[in-house]
Amino acid sequence: MISLTINNNPVEVSEGTTILDAAKLCGMRIPTLCYVEGLKAVGACRVCVVEVKGARNLIASCSMPATEGMEVLTNTRRVREARRTVVELLLSEHNGECQTCERNEDCELQALAAELGIREISYVGEKTRRRIDTSTPALVRDLGKCIKCRRCVSVCLETQHVGALFPQNRGFETVIGPAFCHDLNTVACVQCGQCAAVCPVGAIIEKDQIEDVWKALDKPDNHVVVQTAPAIRAALGECFGYPPGTLVTGKMVAALRRLGFHAVFDTNFTADLTIIEESNELLMRLKAGLGAGDSGLGKTTSPSPESRTPNPEPRFSPLPMFTSCSPGWIKFLEYFHPDLIPNLSTCKSPQQMFGAVAKTYYASKLGKRPEQIVVVSIMPCTAKKSECQRPEMDASGTRDVDVVLTTRELGKMIHAAGIDFDALPDEEMDAPLGLSSGAADIFANTGGVMEAAIRTAYEVVTGRELPLKGLHVAPIAGLSGVKEASLKIEGVKPEWKFLEGVTLEVAVAHGLGNAEQVISSIKSGEKQYHFVEVMACPGGCIGGGGQPRYTNNKVRQARIEAIYREDEGKKFRKSHENPAVMQLYADFLTDGPLGHRSHELLHTSYTPRDKA
Amino acid sequence: MPFSTYLSKCPDCHEATEEELMVRLDDVLADYTQVPGALIPVLQITQAIFGYLPETALKKIALSLGKSYSEVAGVVGFYSFFTTVPRGKHLVRVCLGTACYVRGGKEVLAASKDLLRIEVGETSSDRMFSLDVGRCFGACGLAPVIMIDDDVHQRVRPAQLPKILDRYRDNSATDDNGNGESD
Ligand code: SF4
Ligand code: SF4
Ligand code: SF4
Ligand code: FES
Repeated sequence: MISLTINNNPVEVSEGTTILDAAKLCGMRIPTLCYVEGLKAVGACRVCVVEVKGARNLIASCSMPATEGMEVLTNTRRVREARRTVVELLLSEHNGECQTCERNEDCELQALAAELGIREISYVGEKTRRRIDTSTPALVRDLGKCIKCRRCVSVCLETQHVGALFPQNRGFETVIGPAFCHDLNTVACVQCGQCAAVCPVGAIIEKDQIEDVWKALDKPDNHVVVQTAPAIRAALGECFGYPPGTLVTGKMVAALRRLGFHAVFDTNFTADLTIIEESNELLMRLKAGLGAGDSGLGKTTSPSPESRTPNPEPRFSPLPMFTSCSPGWIKFLEYFHPDLIPNLSTCKSPQQMFGAVAKTYYASKLGKRPEQIVVVSIMPCTAKKSECQRPEMDASGTRDVDVVLTTRELGKMIHAAGIDFDALPDEEMDAPLGLSSGAADIFANTGGVMEAAIRTAYEVVTGRELPLKGLHVAPIAGLSGVKEASLKIEGVKPEWKFLEGVTLEVAVAHGLGNAEQVISSIKSGEKQYHFVEVMACPGGCIGGGGQPRYTNNKVRQARIEAIYREDEGKKFRKSHENPAVMQLYADFLTDGPLGHRSHELLHTSYTPRDKA
Repeated sequence: MPFSTYLSKCPDCHEATEEELMVRLDDVLADYTQVPGALIPVLQITQAIFGYLPETALKKIALSLGKSYSEVAGVVGFYSFFTTVPRGKHLVRVCLGTACYVRGGKEVLAASKDLLRIEVGETSSDRMFSLDVGRCFGACGLAPVIMIDDDVHQRVRPAQLPKILDRYRDNSATDDNGNGESD
């Protein structure tokens, strides 16, 4: 332990604690701008300076570890003036107007200027050059507003292992962006939006599509349905001042009705559907792999040239199987590991399954044509905006999903409509596409898709319920980066004889850097798995790039717990118990899971992409 | 490994094509893939091979060193030593130090731009000349001065420029005007 004083208050901290964190322990908040919890401190902005007795210069507290006997002053005239100078200089270069900015009232630079009481800018200088990059489906970059804090660089390179953004040029000419300051669509960007989630200002934001939704709602002939991803209900409340982890499912439904949607449905419905299809696909792959009587793990990956062909034939369905519900992860694999495309489950994501089902099954129930239905999604994710525009996502004969809004955009829309969220009653989703099991809720959490699939697959194979407490597969829950579990299968039904005594090896990764780690351990032969779940964002969808800011681990944990509460409160806990999904198979997908119809509507193929 | 190993070529051979140079880059990358901190040395060697850093080479470097293309581009942009513009066979540098500037360096620069039809930092379309400005070559008494490759040309008047440049075009880079002087 190290003893020091902060503003003359003694405090004890463990070795390596920064001055910034030590100050927190005695109730002093030091302002920061480039530093954000969970990312490496780069010390770029110097907003967090403090005075340390004996040191000639002011010290950046975010990157300086406390030392024994240190005497720190966080609020002297010198410190206050230095912070103001830094922020005034930033504002003198800043090329943006708060009143018309997407981040108005949700901006760290703005908040900092207010907090430091800046009333005028004493420096006149050249403004950062303005350039707006709208080249990608999900994100908009506004270079004039960039304060070069490099948070996006760290998150993209270190957390996501993508490296689409990097400082280009030098000095005042520095631009944070893709190679040679070109547009984002010229580099391998997976559209995960983690950059937009950490950007302190309006320099990277999701493409605003609120107006598209209003337009769709205005058109009298449209039947506009909305689907909400499971992660929304545990985070939307934050847009209205509720603490992270507050479940607002009922109010969310009520708000969506008041916005004018004709039916309020749940992506959970197709999450259940995904589980039926995906657990069957897993069993089919296991059968192909284990048929020989071994564990099937010897032939983990297939580096042969044929494995590059997208759209694998059933005979070519290698293990491990990777989940496919996270579009950022899909793009990551397409760009960086196209040789593993055959390992991706062919199941579409729940969002896209929903679009395909809504515009066929549901449309026909209403006697409408697919084009008369507009499907709006509310997603915690920016990559979903990109996913719905993939050319192959038109199984209904038209775009399956028309518009995707992030959680943040929905929050804005509700505000703009003048709806008093607090005063809303709890309402229920509409039938049939609004019914779901608890297994669908947990799709929002890292480890959740795997757990949901295991709940169903185990029961299919053994005829018994998964014998785990609360139906939870504990080792794969929680926030460690890579999680593993082994599950011994015993007492199988006769038709699954090849699985008797087999130990199912599974792994779960969240954040693409962790996914990369799992992939290299698979490629090197160090690890062998049957089934791997990957979600592109840290924490899973609850930590998505479209969620209310800021998402640190405490917030992630609170949302995760809320989602498990939602699961445990459900009448049905397993996807195959969802009566509305069973009805869908009985009435419409009559040739069953992996059948011809579901192949057409619910499964897809992938495209190798050039990463540079 | 010394640079020259990658650069050596038979003196009688024709000028290597970009594809042939690419093969040389492959050799470099094969030697360096496993080396930590290889990016900057590889960029230096690549620039020595091609005379500049072509986009295709940079993409190749990013792929084999396991770096993102944006990171490689960021490093290239950070050091003024690196250039992504092909260099001409000859480098023309017009001095804009104080003495040269006041004695007509500006006019010489304007005339050079006109003649070569390029801006500072660019290369003529026949890849013969690149144009740059310099800050004092230490020949102030003889201002205005230009340097072409290692030759210093003194008291240059715009009207003389076509003749001076033509001599390099003929491939007879020269000090036959008696002024040649290396810095
Ligand atoms: S980024 Fe922040 S400070 Fe800049 S214009 Fe937008 S709200 Fe204002
Ligand atoms: S969306 Fe993701 S991959 Fe693309 S630049 Fe942002 S962090 Fe990087
Ligand atoms: S885009 Fe945002 S996060 Fe990235 S450097 Fe600029 S201000 Fe920082
Ligand atoms: S927050 Fe510490 S230097 Fe920016």
